[in-house]
Amino acid sequence: MKILRVFILLIFSSVCYGAVEYKKFDTPQQEEVYKVLIEEIRCLVCQNQTIADSNADLAKDLRRQVYEMLQQGKTKQQIADFMTQRYGDFVLYNPPFKAKTGLLWIGPIAFLLIGLIMLVLFTRKKKALDKCDVSETDMKESAEKKAKVRALLTKGDQL
Amino acid sequence: MLKYLMPLVLFAVMAVFLALGLNLNPRDIPSPLIDQPAPDFALPVLGQPERTLNKTALMGDVWLLNVWASWCGSCRIEHPIFNQLAKKKLVTIVGLNYKDEAPAAKQWLAQLGNPYNISVMDQEGRTGIDYGVYGVPETFVIDKKGIIRYKHTGPVEYSDMQNILIPLIKQLKAEAS
Repeated sequence: MKILRVFILLIFSSVCYGAVEYKKFDTPQQEEVYKVLIEEIRCLVCQNQTIADSNADLAKDLRRQVYEMLQQGKTKQQIADFMTQRYGDFVLYNPPFKAKTGLLWIGPIAFLLIGLIMLVLFTRKKKALDKCDVSETDMKESAEKKAKVRALLTKGDQL
Repeated sequence: MLKYLMPLVLFAVMAVFLALGLNLNPRDIPSPLIDQPAPDFALPVLGQPERTLNKTALMGDVWLLNVWASWCGSCRIEHPIFNQLAKKKLVTIVGLNYKDEAPAAKQWLAQLGNPYNISVMDQEGRTGIDYGVYGVPETFVIDKKGIIRYKHTGPVEYSDMQNILIPLIKQLKAEAS
């Protein structure tokens, strides 16, 4: 039980080894936006890390870019737009919903729906089959067959 | 019959998708800058730091922007290709010396040859960000109007030069400015 608990805790733990950088902000709101943004922008060198996690040179440069734009009074949306104009939607962990990214957003839901429909169809078919097995004629037939077999067996014993 | 064919069909579909996935290069991120005006820059020239070059100086002709650095291993691989291309005198080749030190960059060119008509220094990587650079080397083909028409990520190989770059440069040269 203890081991299970440890496993569950490990699953939900997140490893944090992001670079510690000293950045001075004018307002706590600005710092909050900074933290959110660097968690949402992908480091394109080490593609499965955010720029907050990555220590790559490009990640550092992009963090600096985000910081400077915030200092200039740019909004979160303006900074996200700046990044996508240069690196494409791939740079955002939360890409906007549009024709190009449609499959990405709808895909999982579509697969789930297909799976559910298949499940319903299969279980229905199975139920129908189960019902056939216990139809009255079947019962009668099998009872007749059983009697026949028994008769044959007893006959054999007598021989 | 359908019952037995279904798994085979499913397997075939999956195999096709997996094969496609294997052949995709995750580093090849389509650039949103294609068919967009090349971002402007004003950067010091390598070897003449008092001189700055900007995009307007290059307008009116087709040019290549090759992002390179002396610390970049793959740049060494593509360098002979650019030396070959430079010998053909087909196109202006501008080097964007990315996050590098001038002495190291100069030594690199002295050692391996200098295919660039001019190299500019982007020591802070800001022009790199404007061009969406994420992996050096990268090569941009820019037309007479200053529009980015093609981007190559990673080292340019001989076949890339012959089959993609040279035909494209010739085509763009024929366009009106």
